Amino acid sequence: MNLKAETGRDIRRKIYNKLALGMISVLGALAIMPMILIFVYILIEGIPALSLDFFLENPKPLGESGGGMANAIVGTVILVALSCLIGLPVGLGAGIFMAEYSYTKTSKLLRFTSDILTSVPSIIVGLFAYAVVVKPLKAYSAWAGGFALAVIMIPILARTTEEILKLIPHHIREAGLALGIPRWRVTMRIVFAGSFAGILTGIILSVARIAGETAPLLFTAFGNNFGFRGLGQPTASLPVQIYNYALSPYKEWHDQAWAASFILLVMVFIVNLLTRVVFKDQRGES
Amino acid sequence: MNQALKGLRSLFTKDNTIRVPRDTHLSDRLFKYALRFNAWLILAMLLAMFLFLLELSWPTLREFGFSFFVKNTWNPPLDEYGALAFIYGTLGTSFIALLLSVPFSLGVALFLTELAPKSIAKIVGFFVEMLAAIPSVIYGLWGIFILAPIMQNTVQPTLIGLLGPETLSGKIIGSLLTALFYPVAFVYSLVAENAPSIDAMFDHFKNTFGGPAFGVGMLSAGIILSIMITPTITSITREVFLTIPKGNREAALGLGATRWEAIRISVLKASRPGVIGAVILGLGRALGETMAVTMVIGNRNEIDSSILAPAQSMASVIANEYPEAFDLQLSSLAAVGLALFIISLLINTAARLIVWSMDRK
Repeated sequence: MNLKAETGRDIRRKIYNKLALGMISVLGALAIMPMILIFVYILIEGIPALSLDFFLENPKPLGESGGGMANAIVGTVILVALSCLIGLPVGLGAGIFMAEYSYTKTSKLLRFTSDILTSVPSIIVGLFAYAVVVKPLKAYSAWAGGFALAVIMIPILARTTEEILKLIPHHIREAGLALGIPRWRVTMRIVFAGSFAGILTGIILSVARIAGETAPLLFTAFGNNFGFRGLGQPTASLPVQIYNYALSPYKEWHDQAWAASFILLVMVFIVNLLTRVVFKDQRGES
Repeated sequence: MNQALKGLRSLFTKDNTIRVPRDTHLSDRLFKYALRFNAWLILAMLLAMFLFLLELSWPTLREFGFSFFVKNTWNPPLDEYGALAFIYGTLGTSFIALLLSVPFSLGVALFLTELAPKSIAKIVGFFVEMLAAIPSVIYGLWGIFILAPIMQNTVQPTLIGLLGPETLSGKIIGSLLTALFYPVAFVYSLVAENAPSIDAMFDHFKNTFGGPAFGVGMLSAGIILSIMITPTITSITREVFLTIPKGNREAALGLGATRWEAIRISVLKASRPGVIGAVILGLGRALGETMAVTMVIGNRNEIDSSILAPAQSMASVIANEYPEAFDLQLSSLAAVGLALFIISLLINTAARLIVWSMDRK
């Protein structure tokens, strides 16, 4: 009996194998395409549109050429700062709670709620901020935008903070407690301070995320064309301005939208690369 | 002696980490309360979101009741509102996105875990993950100026030529979809009078790839969405594939399976619940995505028989009309938001439960 004889079935199996593996490899190779396609176009269209005016000038009235997005850049910085003011204490606090009191029922519930809250569509967060801030104050304002962004930031920050604090080995906490240090000091001075680089990265990551949000700002911070006028006033932001300019019929505004997108994209890229490096260090140490 | 051992033992939990009894210092208790307050704040936020949305949309819910969600009309001058067209737009775009993204994402995840050498997997993985970090307004910008012209000049004319209502394949698609949806129409005809006839259904469905080519529309939005949800599905399925022990694959190979068979038997089959969870999470992301869809869906508040035609999704109608809306229109848009909120809660809860149950194994 010849054991090596290949039946038709074997040949079919081999062909299927080749086909399937080939297909998977092709898909794997194609996987880098969307990123490249988007990135290349943003580079091609965005870089030529950049100029000093883009950073320093407010938008010019219709019909006049020139102008920039200084108002939107300043606005985005203000909105992000506001949301950090509201969101950092809550997000970090909740994150520390989840990591250090992870055995409590509240922690488990909180972990689930944070995940759910992270996946709530951002336009819904906009509606929420509208109901909470815009409606009672009867005005679009930086406060409303900052509040909306904070709502998005908090669950993300809480979860990353938790993940980072959990990288600190348990025996370090025990060592602190054994020295008779109160638990809150162990948490703040040893655990929290010890993973500060990671925490900072988490904060930067969540800032990068909210800086690109558009939907929650459309009817909270709204926008303006004349620069910052106070926290109770409508405030411009880069993403909203990209949206408005992209839908406008003017070529010059389209160019500026590309330039603004380029800046956003570069920021997001740098932050993400940075995060990777820092996280690798953290994991390597422990 | 025994007593002492017992006492010592009670200081440790089952997994041998030290048990922290009660917080002895007052400062510790205060610290814990302060942290717990933040935790409850997050829980309260979710509840508040629901209540505030309910309050915003209350006038509409009182005026129209549940019929708001099944009525196909949107007429601000007459103050008549129904959300069916938007629900259709959301479901349609998400369905297209899943159809395109799931096979692609699964293939990429398999490539990353099973085939690619580590160095290549790292680079490809990075490229895919970065897709998740791009702000959605940038996808929208790209969609309007790059994708839409390509769709209008190349893709859509080709599709109309190959699958349009005048072609044989268009008629076959029409017949198949009519057969598929006829039971629904039949049940509907039992309870309501205006159920569509078979002929009407066929005319509707054979136009699935009907012209003209607008560039923007439901298909374009679906394509953008498919790119946006790819990182979500890929990264979760990848994690799921990685949880399967190497030995399972080796066992299959050792029994004489080819590599593809080993993947199919030991990897794909075992991780089915996780993959389903990943797909549902992707769906959750697609349903709620706002800016990119708003910019390329074409913004027409009607149900068109062609998937190439402009449409409107639940999220995009809010983004488009909310800033200028008031009174009943405002609360109707909020009601659309409330529905979207509840759907996304349900979907994400389901997906997380599935993925979590997978983790525990």
